[in-house]
Amino acid sequence: MISFEDVSYSYSPGRYAIEHINLSIDKGEVVAILGENGAGKTTLIKHINGLLKPQSGSVIVSGMNTKETTVATLARHVGLVFQNPDHQLFAETVEKEIMFALTNFNFPEDEISRRVNWALKEFGLLEYKDRPPFLLSGGERKRLALASVLCYDPQIVILDEPTTGQDYRQKLHLASLIKKLNSESKTVVVVTHDIEFAADFIPRSIIMSKGRIIADGDSEELLTNRELLMSASLIPPQLVELSWDLALNPPTIHFDELVSSVKKLLEGREA
Amino acid sequence: MPIVEVRSLSYTYPGSTKPTLTNVNFSVEEGEFILLTGPSGCGKTTLCRCLNGLIPNSYGGEFNGQVIVDGLVTTEHPVYEIAQHVGLVFQNPENELFCTSVEREVAFGPENLALPREEIRKRVEESLAMVGISHLRDKSPEELSGGEQQKVAIAALLAMKPKILVLDEPTANLDPASAQSVLNVLLKLNEESGVTTILVEHRLEMVAHMAHRCAILNEGRLVLMGKPEDVLYSDEAEAIGIGIPKVVQVTKALGINKMTGKCPLTSWSLADLLRVWKK
Repeated sequence: MISFEDVSYSYSPGRYAIEHINLSIDKGEVVAILGENGAGKTTLIKHINGLLKPQSGSVIVSGMNTKETTVATLARHVGLVFQNPDHQLFAETVEKEIMFALTNFNFPEDEISRRVNWALKEFGLLEYKDRPPFLLSGGERKRLALASVLCYDPQIVILDEPTTGQDYRQKLHLASLIKKLNSESKTVVVVTHDIEFAADFIPRSIIMSKGRIIADGDSEELLTNRELLMSASLIPPQLVELSWDLALNPPTIHFDELVSSVKKLLEGREA
Repeated sequence: MPIVEVRSLSYTYPGSTKPTLTNVNFSVEEGEFILLTGPSGCGKTTLCRCLNGLIPNSYGGEFNGQVIVDGLVTTEHPVYEIAQHVGLVFQNPENELFCTSVEREVAFGPENLALPREEIRKRVEESLAMVGISHLRDKSPEELSGGEQQKVAIAALLAMKPKILVLDEPTANLDPASAQSVLNVLLKLNEESGVTTILVEHRLEMVAHMAHRCAILNEGRLVLMGKPEDVLYSDEAEAIGIGIPKVVQVTKALGINKMTGKCPLTSWSLADLLRVWKK
């Protein structure tokens, strides 16, 4: 569905934002991209919807080479939700914001109103539908940005830091939404600093550092690897830290597993 | 005497029919570190704006009750005057930085107070040192990382010598290592310089153990305020749906808090507790 072959890109000569990226993501996969600020995460995802074209190597998305395809064409397949909703929102009202892409993609009118209603409800924005987006709270604007992309149903959904400013309930909502997208065989790529979110909800993680992919694999395996997390300046999930502090073997990112291992540990005391 | 007093505060934004804050009452003692949290849209940012007088002085709207900060009733003083007592740090540092060098950015506030040159220089030096960014003084804020920018924003406020810092999700856009480093700066300012701190934050697992008290806003009302362990272990907090730290969840699931009477907030304190208890 998405493949990067030896992709490099630099904004200024002599310094690569991403370097020799090889990556393949299948249809229906849910993947987290983790790494410190400046690791190249956003540069990488901008290559998926063609906002950036590789300076060397190639990116193939849904069978299209991004160098030979316009952003407009790619946008129908790849929905990118930006980290900062203010870089994306511009319409006079919440409702118009959601309608914008649908109108541009020439959806029929009844379909537009059906989808707008769905999005307003799904993201808890119904009561704000006539408000200007800039009067919404940070968390609400973030949900609006998400709604305005998901309403046109792209096959690939890329979320850049979707959990910032979101409370716990909205994170759960986001997780169930990702699950739903996944059950519809959508491909979901989540760029995040929220390692707890990745540990709880995303099966595959890609860890970036200084423009390169330094690990790619099963989230539990990667997120319990102390050296790896340190070299990427990532702070381990709390459950992993607790696993280490208690010398649990193997360490885990799963709540139930941790609770039952600690139980065993304590039963050992009574025996 | 408390340094912050909020009395029967209710507020409705202009053009809105629903109040954003309803009858909020609390006070903060000098030198306290308060963690303020609650679901998105609960009124946290609005409360921050009330604390430095932006509301109602710049926003208008329907404001009832009273906010007193460092002895100033916010409705009776202009924002620039309140700003010398209460520094407000926003979520996105890009929105507040505009000078061509870090040093100028930090000097901007004191320059506007028309302070003598020597005093300005002294304040800039002190502020940069307190936040640990003296080495960045000649850089342009644009070329700094998000965490560094947030530290510049904090230093710029410190140069105004506020007794109170209010921070509205200052780490929301930062990576975990930068977030931790900004939080460490806040902790140090509070512990060593006695700056009264009100911090809005969702990532409770990173900050709960740093705070003296934790307050939870829900639908514009202050529903819980007390010691972080009392608040985060309460059934109410769980029901509101804030992100209860995993350590608290594990402790509760195992009934360890009931058996030992201890309520750990960090993985190391839970691990210590289990080790001692196991023996």
